[in-house]
Formats: sequence, structure tokens, C-alpha cells
Amino acid sequence: MAQHEEHTTHSQAFYLFIGFALLVLTATTVGAAFINLGAFNPVVALLIATIKATLVVLFFMHVKGASEKLTGAVVVSGFFFLAILLSLSLADYLTRSGPMWR
Amino acid sequence: MEPEAHGPELVHQFSDVQQQKNAASLGMWLFLVTEIMFFGGMFCAYLIYRLEYFNAFAAGSQQLSIKMGAINTAVLIISSVTVVLAVKAAEAGKRKLLVGYLVVTVLLGLTFLVVKGFEYREKFEKHHVPGSTFSFTDKFDDNGKQYSVNSKEAELFFSLYFVMTGMHALHMIIGCGLFTVLAILAWKGHYTPAYFTPIENSGLYWHLVDIIWIYLFPLLYLISRHS
Amino acid sequence: MATTAVPANQAPKLNYLNNGHTIKSWLLTTDHKRIALLYLFSVTAFFFLGGFFAMLIRLELLTPEGDLMQADTYNKVFTMHGIVMVFFFLIPVVPAILGNFVVPLMVGAKDLAFPRINLLSWYLYVAAGILFLHCMLNGGVDTGWTFYTPYSTASNSNVVEAGLAIFIAGFSSIFTGLNFIVTIHRMRAPGLTWSRLPLFIWSTYATSLVMILGTPVIAITMVLVVAERLLHLGIFDPALGGDPILFQHLFWFYSHPAVYIMILPSMGVISEIVPCFARKRVFGYNFVALSSVAIAVFGFLVWAHHLFVAGISLYSAMVFSFLSFVVAIPSAVKIFNWTATLYKGSISYATPMLYAFGFIGLFTIGGLTGVMLATIGIDVHVTDTYFVIAHFHYVMVGGVLMGYLGGLHFWWPKITGRMYPEAWAKLSALFVFVGFNLTFFPQFILGYLGMPRRYWQYPPEFQVLNVLSTAGASVLAIGYLLPMIYMLWSLKYGAIAGDNPWHAAGLEWKTTSPPPTLNFDETPVVTWEAYNYDEIPDRPLEVPVAQ
Repeated sequence: MAQHEEHTTHSQAFYLFIGFALLVLTATTVGAAFINLGAFNPVVALLIATIKATLVVLFFMHVKGASEKLTGAVVVSGFFFLAILLSLSLADYLTRSGPMWR
Repeated sequence: MEPEAHGPELVHQFSDVQQQKNAASLGMWLFLVTEIMFFGGMFCAYLIYRLEYFNAFAAGSQQLSIKMGAINTAVLIISSVTVVLAVKAAEAGKRKLLVGYLVVTVLLGLTFLVVKGFEYREKFEKHHVPGSTFSFTDKFDDNGKQYSVNSKEAELFFSLYFVMTGMHALHMIIGCGLFTVLAILAWKGHYTPAYFTPIENSGLYWHLVDIIWIYLFPLLYLISRHS
Repeated sequence: MATTAVPANQAPKLNYLNNGHTIKSWLLTTDHKRIALLYLFSVTAFFFLGGFFAMLIRLELLTPEGDLMQADTYNKVFTMHGIVMVFFFLIPVVPAILGNFVVPLMVGAKDLAFPRINLLSWYLYVAAGILFLHCMLNGGVDTGWTFYTPYSTASNSNVVEAGLAIFIAGFSSIFTGLNFIVTIHRMRAPGLTWSRLPLFIWSTYATSLVMILGTPVIAITMVLVVAERLLHLGIFDPALGGDPILFQHLFWFYSHPAVYIMILPSMGVISEIVPCFARKRVFGYNFVALSSVAIAVFGFLVWAHHLFVAGISLYSAMVFSFLSFVVAIPSAVKIFNWTATLYKGSISYATPMLYAFGFIGLFTIGGLTGVMLATIGIDVHVTDTYFVIAHFHYVMVGGVLMGYLGGLHFWWPKITGRMYPEAWAKLSALFVFVGFNLTFFPQFILGYLGMPRRYWQYPPEFQVLNVLSTAGASVLAIGYLLPMIYMLWSLKYGAIAGDNPWHAAGLEWKTTSPPPTLNFDETPVVTWEAYNYDEIPDRPLEVPVAQ
């Protein structure tokens, strides 16, 4: 049974900084939506969303600096299996020869 | 999340306080994984239909208010900051600050829900609520070119919109309720620097609800906004 | 077979059974052992309900005509049989009964990590059960346990109630899994490293991973079906632009890993029984332990083998077919390793071991026919026939249920402090084995010959095999009723078991039978490897009689 401290709290200024970064990223994603990037619009949007989510997970949820790797493993596995659901379902739909279901 | 009396009362199955804390934390993280998979099913449905019915989804998305969505995103981000500062206050033993941050978090959560309420009302007024009253005559604006879309496909967009944001809002309501209870308990002095596990773990829940919205916002509101 | 009751002058030591006699002390208990018994009671009740529906099915199928009930009624009967057996029996049976009882004992803990959540789990199960019973009394559901859309969103049967019941039962399962994972990670006794854990813990851990990751998806799927029915949403309805195959993807994303939730704990039970009754360490401990995790992980990659004929693309079908072959490998590893454990072991044939032998043989058949079904060419021929039904009953009854019965007999002395009557138990096991094979082997043939599943009438040339199957079911029923009788009998008249009647390895055997409420008088410190049968004195070949 690990006897170490679980969390490392950062300073208030640091958290405000991360919050500010998240707001900036939100503005960025809105702005980027108005630029025509063709097929890359959703890619950019999801990329920015993932950066925001990562910041929340690492710093607000104290995964970075957590004394046990287990926490990180749990988070990764959750998103990994979601990725399995999405990708293998897509693998079906994207490889069909005709229109999907008309 | 065991509401304990003052101080970290060690429950019988654990051998020390740190073990109890680690167990509670792991338990909450595992619960959050179930939430990821729970919402994930809806994201899967969304993903597949968006690929197939892109025009209708884009047209539906263009009918949503970016302003309200962005405001809500900002509100949630700020509430995540107040949550993390609440945890920090609990760790430092600052009771009044802790209660203050918890109350602000709840107020921000309620703000989110009020804005959502306005959005839903607007959808209702424009007959974009799926069901017998649904009627969609707006077109998909693609760089100035207008395409009309299949009404059934647009209805599907709004079905997913309501189910996904509705389920998210339900989780927000639960979160607000949770933090209200915690604020009351905190005011009564239940949480000390030696024991504030429920604050931490409820904070984790709130952050996940925030993360879900971080993905919902661009996926629902920003499908094809360029012109 | 000794049949003496407790001598009047032997005062029972305070243990979890007599620590509190009121109903409140049982219904508000947080003791994992009492909760296990609460589950034993309710899960067994649902088992017999599901068995009742099975009996109706087999009675109808005695004759080729649909003469016992109408077609719509038959649809409801097989649906209820499936729902009850899958969600209210197979998913919880080993984890919630044997797992709840044994896991804290095996890791040397006083209880699970979250005892009150454990109790909540049981109440959620009961609430789901009551809701489902209400649904049943209202006329039930006729969609098949698989709830395929668009029929399930259009059917005028009680889909909403059934869907909600499954949703609630799902959370019961999730909380059980959550409790196990935290307990196994955080509450192992000093010295009990991962590589010293009993294999039952490894499989329970793997099972819990599946519960956590998979169950939420069926939860949201049921929510969507209910929403579609109530709000006319059209997510799965083609008339409204929806896709029925999407439902099948989401449904099977859980329901395939669900079968691993069912089988993994039973495999864990076999891993406990075989070394004990062969007096040998498990061959290849690491491989068996990791194979449980591999099954859990790979089990998430194969779901669309249930959709081969549904309209998915050929390329994805090939991928899922290949992955379905791969997932069979870790199961095969276990079979090989159990067999290798038996080699040059000192084998005895107590009832748990008989069930273990039954498991090894019948699961092999079930598993191999699963590999046959994973072959797209064969699947196209036998899908939705009795071949599939025979396959999954071989793994679920021949596998899961045999493992459960073996485990129940194995740990019965620990749970109750009494020995069951060995001769009756052996007879019962024989009834189960013979009855099972007589019921389900003919169904492989029927399926291959083309008899469709879920039909209430069939061409007359299939009657002989159907009659054999129904006869087998009657024998099987006796095999299930006998334990009810003799195990209840043993509570009062069974031989006193003692701490370790099997001379088995494992921490659970180092405390009294029945254990005290807090499991151990002193927290054990583990300095030995798992299954150290070379260090444990050989037990007599016969089950010990009353002491």
C-alpha cells in the first residue's frame, strides 16, 4: 500500500494561467472555425479540444505529478477503449462499397 | 465518497488513512472511465451520422448560437478553475475560501444551465425539437452556396444534439447538487487539511463534465462556419 | 457421508453468520460475506425463473407444430429466458456471489474497498429485478434479448421497462467491478505481490476491467432506445434516417465482452480447483494470469462477429473474423495449462473437481465451435440457427455454470462451515453433465441441418433431435434441483467443515469456517508463492467426515 502523497498542488497563479490558456484556446477554436481549412477544419477543432482536455487532465485533475502511474494508466485506458469503439465502428462504415444505408 | 465526521476517520477495512485516500481516488477515476464510455456511445453515433449526413449536420450546426456555446464553454472553464482553487483552499484549511469557491462553482454551473435553457427555448421556438413539431427549412451555407437538406437528416442532428447536451446537462445538475451539499458540509467544518477527499473527488467529476463539453462544443456548434 | 448436526455442547464461535440476527442486520449489512449471500439468494431465484422459461421453450419444441402457445407468446418466452439468464444470472453469478465472498479473504483484507457501494450494488440488482418482474407481469418483451432495432423501437411490448431494468442492473455490475479493482490494487496483505495472487483474483480483476469499460456502452444504448421510443427520435430507425446496424454495433460492443465477464470468473474458479485436487502448482502461472488480461482486452476487439450477416463491409468482417481467432488463443492457453497441471498430479475426484473436468471438456467444445462461428463462411451458413444456440450454451452452461457449481461446492465449507453430502453432490454433477450434453449436443446437429433459432415451429424431420434435447433438459433440471435440496440440508445436518477441509492453498483457508466478520483475527503477512502445494501436507483422498 503506497504511503506517498497523492497530489501536488500548484500555485494559484499557475491554475489561473492554465484557465486563461483554456479560454485562449476556446477563442482560437472559434476563430479557426471561421477560416476555410477544407477538410482540416474538424481536425484542427478536435486537436485544440484535445489540447484543452489534456491540460485539464494533467493539471486540474492532478494527473501530472501523481505519485502513482496507475492514475495515468486508468485515464489512458478509458480513452483508448473509446478509440477502439470509434475506430472499429468507422472501419465498417468507411469500407462499405455502396451508400451506407439507403 | 464517504461523508465522514471531522477529521479522516479511518474506516475499518483500511489499514491507514493514505490507503483509504488512494482507494477513494482510484474508485472515482474508475467511475470517470465509465462516464467516458457512457458518453462515448453517443459520440460514436454522432461520428457516424455526421460523416454520412454531413450537409444536414452542417446546416443544423449553423442554426446553433456560437455565442451562447462559447459563453458556456468559458463559464465551464472558469468553474473548473474555481473547483481546483477550492481543493487548494481545502488543503490549506481555509474554510471560508473553500466554501466561497464551491458556491461560485455552483453559481457558474447554474449559469451554464440557464444559458442552455435559453438555447433550448430558442430551438423550441424555431421548431427544431425532434418529434411531431419538427420542421427544418434552413439551408446549408457552404461558402455562400446554399444547399437544401433532407429534413429527416437534420432531425437526426437535433436528436443527437438534445440527447448529448441533455445528458451533459443532467450531469451538470448532479454536479451542482453535489457541490451544494459539499459547500454546506464545508461550512460546518467537515473538511480539514487532513481530510478533504470528497472535495477532491467531486472536483474530478466536475472536470470530466467540463472535458465532455470541451468536445461537444466544437463538434456540435462549429461544423461548417467558414464562408 | 456423516450426517450429524452440531453437538449441543459445541457453542458456535462468533462468525459473520451469527453476528447479528435481525433482518435489518442482513438488509443493511456492509459485510461482503453477507452481501454475497444476499446475492446468492436473489441470483438463484432469477436462475430458476430463467429456467422456468427454458422449460416452456423445450416443452413447445417437443412437437413440430406451434401448439403449446402462440407465436407472439413464444417470442416473449425466449426473450425473457435470454434477458433473465444473461443480465440477472450469468453476469452476476460468479463475481457477485463467489467473488464478493472470496476476494477480500484471498487478498487478506477485512472487506472490500467500498462496503456501502457493495450493498448499493445489491440493491440496484434487486431494483432492476423488481422492475423487470413488473415488466414481465405487464406482458413482457418480445424482441429477443438482443433488442434489435427497428423492431425494439416499434414493438408494442414493454421495451422501455426492460431497457431501464437492464440499465439499472448494469450499474450494479459496474459498482461491483469498481470495488474489486480498487480492492485488488490497494488492499492486498503485506507480502502479497501481484505474482503471488491466486488466479481467481487475476480473473476477477480482468472481469472487472471489462465491467468498467463495457457496461456503460450498453447503458447508453438502452437509454437511446428508450429515448427513441418515448421521444420518437429516429437514431436507429431507418424510416427516420437512422441506422439499425449502429444499434447492433453499440449493443455488441458491450455484449460480446459481456460473455467474457461471464466466463473469466468461472475460469478463475477452475484455476483454484484444479491445483487443489491435483495437489500441484498451476503449470505456467504467469501465462494463466496474463491470459485473463489478454482475454479481457482482446474481447473488446471482436464484437462485429455478431454482425457478419447484418450488412457490415466485407473488409471489416474479415478483420473481426481474424481478431476472433486471436481471442481464442488465451483461452486455449488456460486449457493447456490446466491439463498440464493435471499431468503427474495426485488427482482426486471430489465434486468440485468433477465440475472442473466438466468445464474443461465442455468449454473446449464450446470454444472450438466459437472458432467455427468466427469463420465467416461457416457463420453465413449457421447464423441464427441452433448451432449458435448450442455454441453459447456450451460455453455458458458447460462453462460458466459448471465453474460456478464447482466453486460453490469448493467454497461451501468456508461459507457455511458445513460440508455438503459428497455422494449426493457427485450424483447431481452426473445429472448435470449427462443432462447438459443430451440437451445441447443435438442442437449442434439441428443447427447444422438448418433449424432456425427463435422459431416456435419446425419441419417434422427435426423432431427426434428436439425430443432428445427436451429429455436432456429434464435431466438437467434434476441436476439443478438436487443441490438446492442437499445444500439446504447441509446447513443443519452437514459435517462440520473445519478451517481447511480440502487442505487447499490460499489465504481464505487460513481463517475459520465460517470466517469472523472482519475475516482475519490478525492481518496475514504473505511470504510464500501461490499454490504452494508442495509445502502443504497432502490431504486424505476422501473428503473428511465430521470432526
